[in-house]
Amino acid sequence: MTKPIIEMKNIEKHFGAVIALAGVSLEVFPGECHCLLGDNGAGKSTFIKTMSGVHKPTKGEIVFDGKPMNFETPRDAMDAGIATVHQHLAMIPLMSVARNFFMGNEPVKKIAGISFFDKEYADRVTMEEMRTMGINLRGPDQAVGTLSGGERQTVAISRAVHFGAKVLILDEPTSALGVRQTSNVLATVDKVRKQGVAVVFITHNVRHAMAVGDRFTVLNRGQTLGTAQRGEISPEELQDMMAGGQELATLEGSLGGTV
Amino acid sequence: MADTPPVDERIKEMAAFRTALIRPELGGMVGIVAVFVFFLLFAFDSGMFAAQGVMNWSVVSAQFMIIAVGACLLMIAGEFDLSVGSMIGFAGMMIAVFGVVLAWPMWMAIIITFVICISIGALNGFIVIRTGLPSFIVTLAFLFILRGFTIYIPQTIERKTIIGGIRDAAEGDWLGTIFGAKIFGAVFRWLGDAGVIAVFERGNRAGEPVVDGIPMLIVWALILVVFGHILLTRTRFGNWIFAAGGDAEAARNSGVPVNRVKILMFMFTAFCATVFATCQVMEFGSAGADRGLLKEFEAIIAVVIGGALLTGGYGSVIGAALGALIFGVVQQGLFFAGVESSLFRVFLGVILLGAVILNTYIRRMITGER
Repeated sequence: MTKPIIEMKNIEKHFGAVIALAGVSLEVFPGECHCLLGDNGAGKSTFIKTMSGVHKPTKGEIVFDGKPMNFETPRDAMDAGIATVHQHLAMIPLMSVARNFFMGNEPVKKIAGISFFDKEYADRVTMEEMRTMGINLRGPDQAVGTLSGGERQTVAISRAVHFGAKVLILDEPTSALGVRQTSNVLATVDKVRKQGVAVVFITHNVRHAMAVGDRFTVLNRGQTLGTAQRGEISPEELQDMMAGGQELATLEGSLGGTV
Repeated sequence: MADTPPVDERIKEMAAFRTALIRPELGGMVGIVAVFVFFLLFAFDSGMFAAQGVMNWSVVSAQFMIIAVGACLLMIAGEFDLSVGSMIGFAGMMIAVFGVVLAWPMWMAIIITFVICISIGALNGFIVIRTGLPSFIVTLAFLFILRGFTIYIPQTIERKTIIGGIRDAAEGDWLGTIFGAKIFGAVFRWLGDAGVIAVFERGNRAGEPVVDGIPMLIVWALILVVFGHILLTRTRFGNWIFAAGGDAEAARNSGVPVNRVKILMFMFTAFCATVFATCQVMEFGSAGADRGLLKEFEAIIAVVIGGALLTGGYGSVIGAALGALIFGVVQQGLFFAGVESSLFRVFLGVILLGAVILNTYIRRMITGER
C-alpha cells in the first residue's frame, strides 16, 4: 500500500476535566473509504473536529502528506486539502446550485479593472460537475432548496472534491436520508474514492458503513477499539463494538437482530 | 452509472417564458403595471402624467429608492436597520451644525457627516456581530439614541429644532452641488420653448419651464440602484451577501467572511441614509429635528414589496427599486386623484399584503420552500 495521506497519532483531547479523546490513532490512505463508527458520545465529532482544525489536540500528532501539521483554524485545514461536509450546514437552500457550489471560492474575471463574478464559468462548471455526479439540473440557477437531501449532500461532496480536497470528511451524510437518497450518496462516495480522494465516513449505521467502507475504525468512550479490514469483520461484530458489547447483546435478542 | 444519466421523469420541462417570468422581481413588476393602469384610469386628467406631475412622483420615488437600496442589501445579508429614519434626521442636522453654526466649508461639513454616520453604521454592525443580539433590537436602540441627539444638539446650541441657511452656506460649493443641483436644465428649457412641457405663465419665472432640470437626488437614486444591483448579482461580494443572509453558519464553513459582509452592509445602509439626508437639506435649505421620521419602515416596505425575504438570503435590488416606485407613485397619485389622503395608508396596506402574498408564492416556486 502507498503512504497514508493523513495519520492521526495518539490524539488526546481534554475539555477541562472531561477527557473526550483518550489516545486515538487512525490513518487514511488515498482512495480508500475509512469508516469511523461509534455511538453517540463516543467522540466521533471531537475527533473529526480535531482532524479538520476546529479543535487543537491536547496531545498527539497529526501527520498530513508526510509532514507534521498544526492546524490553527479550519481554514488552514481546508487550504491543506481537508474538507468537511457537514450533515446540515453545507448548502444554502435559497441560493442557486451554481452560487452554492462556488460559495467562498467564487471565480472572478476582470472587466475594466473591476473584478466581477464569472457567472458563465461558474454555471458551466456546475453543470458539468452535476452531470458527472448524476444529478439532473434544470439549470445552474435552480435553487438548492428544490434538491432532495441526498442530492444536496452530493453537491456538497462534489464541491469539496472540485476544490481540491485530498481528505474528505463526511459527517453522518446519510443519517437523515431515505433509502433511495442514501444509496445515491453512497454511490457518490464510491465515485469520489475512485478519483483517489481519501474519504473519512462517519456514521453509526453499520449497514451504510459496510456498503462502501474499505476499513472500519470503531470509537467507544474516547478510545479506538481497533481498525479492521473489509471482510475481516462482520456487521454484528461492528455493532457489538460500537455499543460496547454486553448490553446490546441482550437487547438484540429481544429485537430480533434488527438494530 | 453512465456519464449522462437518464432525464428524471419527474422534472417537467418548463416553458421558456415561464422561467423568464419566475423571478424575484415579478411581484414588483406586476405591482408597477397595476399601479400605473389604476392611475392612468383614475387620474389621467389630473396632471399626474404632465411634466410637473411626473417630476413630483419621481422625486418621491427616488427618495424611497435611495434608502431602499441600502435596506435591501442589508436585509439580504440577514439584518435590519431600524435607525435609518433617525440617521436621516441626524445626518441632516450634522451638516447644518458643521456648515451653518460652525460655518465650516460645506464640502467639509458633508464629508465629516458622512464619516460620522458611516462610523455609526459600523458601530451598529459591530454590536450586532459581537453580542449576537438581533439587529432589530440594536438598531431600535439607535433609532432613539440618534433621534434624541438630533433634537438635543440644535436645542442646546441654537435654542431651536430647525436650522436654516444651508442653501446660502452651500452656494457654489462643489460637493453641495453634487447633492443639490439639477442637471439637464438646458434640455428642459428647450423643451419648454418647443412647447413640449408647460412654462410658467406669469410671476418672476414667467417663460421658464415648470420643470427646470432633473434633481441630483434622482441621479443618486439611479446610481445607487445600478451599483447595488451589479454588486449583488455580478460580484463575489454579492454572493457573500446572499450567503451571509441565507445561512451564516454554512457560509462561514465555506470560508465566507460573514462578519465583514454584515458590518459593511450596515455601513452601506448608513451611507444611503446620509445621501438621502444631504440631498434633502440641500433641497430644503434647512435641517429639522423631525426629518426622516418612519423612513426605516418605508424603506423596509419598499424592499418587501420588491420581493426580498424578511429573514434574509433572498431578494433583488431591482425589486426594491420597483417597490420604492410603487410606494412613491401611490403616495403622490392618490393626491392627484383627489382621494382623501388618510386612505393612503389603507391603499398601502392592501398593496403590501398583496405584494407579499404574491412574492411568497413566487419564491416558493423558485426555491422549493414548503
